[in-house]
Amino acid sequence: MKRVQFGHSPVPYLFVAPQIIIIAIFFLWPAAQAIHQSFLLEDAFGMSSQFVWFRNFEDVLSNPAWLRSAWFTVIFSALVAVLSIAISLFLAVRADEVIRGAKAYKTLLMWGYAVAPPVAGLLGIMMFNPLMGDLYLFINRIGINFNHIQNANDATFVVVLIAVWKQVSVNFIFFLSGLQGIPKSVTEAATLDCKSAERRFWTITFPLLAPTTFFLMVINLTYAFFETFGIIDVSTKGAPGGATATLVYKVYVDGFLGADMGGSSAQSVLLMIMVSILTVFQFRFIERKVHY
Amino acid sequence: MFRKTLMAAAALFAMANSANATTEITWWHAMDGALGDVVNHIADDFNKSQSEYKVVPVNKGGYEDTMTAGIAAFRAKNQPNIIQIFDAGAATIINAKGAVYPVQDLLEKYGAKFDINDYIPGVRYFYADSKGKMIGLPFNSSTPLLYFNKDALAKAGIQNPPKTWQEFEEMAPKLKEAGYQGLAESHSPWIFFENFMSRHNLQLATANNGYDSTDVKLLYNNENLKNHWKKVKEWKDEGYFGYYGRAWGANQDAFLQQKAAMWLGSSGSFGGLRKSASFDFGTSTLPYWKGVGDAPKSTFIGGAALFAFTGHSEEENKGVAKFFEFLTKPQTQYYWHKETGYVPITNAAYELAKKDGYYKESPDAEVGIEQLSEPGGKWTKGYRLGYYVQIREVIYAEVDKMMNGDETVDQAFDVIETEGNKLLKRFHDTYSN
Repeated sequence: MKRVQFGHSPVPYLFVAPQIIIIAIFFLWPAAQAIHQSFLLEDAFGMSSQFVWFRNFEDVLSNPAWLRSAWFTVIFSALVAVLSIAISLFLAVRADEVIRGAKAYKTLLMWGYAVAPPVAGLLGIMMFNPLMGDLYLFINRIGINFNHIQNANDATFVVVLIAVWKQVSVNFIFFLSGLQGIPKSVTEAATLDCKSAERRFWTITFPLLAPTTFFLMVINLTYAFFETFGIIDVSTKGAPGGATATLVYKVYVDGFLGADMGGSSAQSVLLMIMVSILTVFQFRFIERKVHY
Repeated sequence: MFRKTLMAAAALFAMANSANATTEITWWHAMDGALGDVVNHIADDFNKSQSEYKVVPVNKGGYEDTMTAGIAAFRAKNQPNIIQIFDAGAATIINAKGAVYPVQDLLEKYGAKFDINDYIPGVRYFYADSKGKMIGLPFNSSTPLLYFNKDALAKAGIQNPPKTWQEFEEMAPKLKEAGYQGLAESHSPWIFFENFMSRHNLQLATANNGYDSTDVKLLYNNENLKNHWKKVKEWKDEGYFGYYGRAWGANQDAFLQQKAAMWLGSSGSFGGLRKSASFDFGTSTLPYWKGVGDAPKSTFIGGAALFAFTGHSEEENKGVAKFFEFLTKPQTQYYWHKETGYVPITNAAYELAKKDGYYKESPDAEVGIEQLSEPGGKWTKGYRLGYYVQIREVIYAEVDKMMNGDETVDQAFDVIETEGNKLLKRFHDTYSN
């Protein structure tokens, strides 16, 4: 069968060119360099370098600190994504129902969006300062023996709290616009058919929000993996005992602070693989359940 | 095409520069805030003192940021003339063969007289190679000191701060009764690991503390150091020792807010503390265990040194040498010492400070330099260990685990030994050929 061919115009290529160039310069090229570096033992200043096959990967995978960090990253990302989506969905649904003073509620809930992750980290760690942090003193005063400086679970709680707080407002904006995008006719028809608001939410509203939820899940996981770096760096620096070091933070410590090029490149490549697998999984298995 | 434009621009830039007739010397450093002002002041003084060279200091953030910036710039063949590298990063830059121009060679080549014995004993060999040739110029040199709250000690009926840990053990219960934790400490890898070894004249690593070779192993896993940490843990459980995590500031704050009666910090902290403390405090030397090793011996210097990058013109290198000569002048050193609290690095500068009566008006400023001038032993000149930044990370993590009881002291030291030696092996494999 002969395929129908239209006359090619170079114009479309011209339009996508800027995007392609940006991706090539800021992603493909550095990624290729990281892969190349991950097979080398090279001194920081590039005066000598040798090809060592998988030595860097072996060293990384046999390092208990890296394994601990990988495990923490998984837990942390799951907690941050699930909690920030759940809380913001709840808030969006409630804010959507408010009639009086709706604007004020919405503005206040979106406010946190303007805060950069390191600033959020700083705010959080000041509130948890053992000598004068209000939250720290409050939690201890109500009889809970809380010490994030020494206890790994408490420290995890602190970084999750900061990361979720920072992300809730972003999710809130998306959910709110998603809710407002649901046609009035649909909700009204549902109200006639079913008395239970909870049931209406789970059978009508939530499925209609599924594309938004899916999108936010992807965004939130990326956020938890990468963008929380600023929070960790400013608040715990991975303490206690490396219990709150995400993989990105570990790459930074070994590569940027420690000047171990090969080792940190191998870590980035492993991280890249992990995120790729996660992305494929999300789009192949979860997106199927989403109806647009 | 892009390249050509760039080169043309570079050529233009170079022409514009040579038209100026002064040679610019760039200096990347890690001194911000008040320290940065002092650095700028010194550069200004140098620039005014002659007309051939112009030193341009640029703050690149903290120690690690500065080193990273220097590495990136060197790889892009765009390195500054002078870079400030901190103690834990010294092995990285010194072992990168050909990246730096040894200070001693530089000074000797360009006519400045150089005698390593002009430098005070504690700082002389820290940034030298195994043969004793000075590679980096010690710049901001500090050493761990004990700071004590005079009111707190008086309240507990204590006359003098502890000279030894045995003495500390006796006074800690009294301080507790008076409502204080006896002690807090910032930067445990630096004070309770590195300087513990030096203070007691114990060997820190094989191969002459790492100076002779990169094929080296840590010797931290020894009974003396472990016993010390067992004591620290005991003190913590008794409420004699406050552990506020790895952050420098958090532990210092415990002292400033009068929760801890004493604090182990840096001699360089003095100026800042004087501004922020609302109580009268004094300084004393780092306590030691009587009967362990042959304490007391001098401590290591901490802080950072200045390195001259290779790959610059003869003219610029000459300017660097001239600037280094200016930096080591007694007047410059004395000014630096007075403004920052870092110790002067030459004997002449120390003498000048004494003659000027500086220590009469503020005797605390002398404690650091006195401690560095205490008799040295075989193992007090320093250490040279690769990937030491990561090794310190391991230590920080293990200290956390010892303090919260996740691990016993023995377990933690086993981890420090195995993980530390793995890092040293990696460094050796990377840098030895």
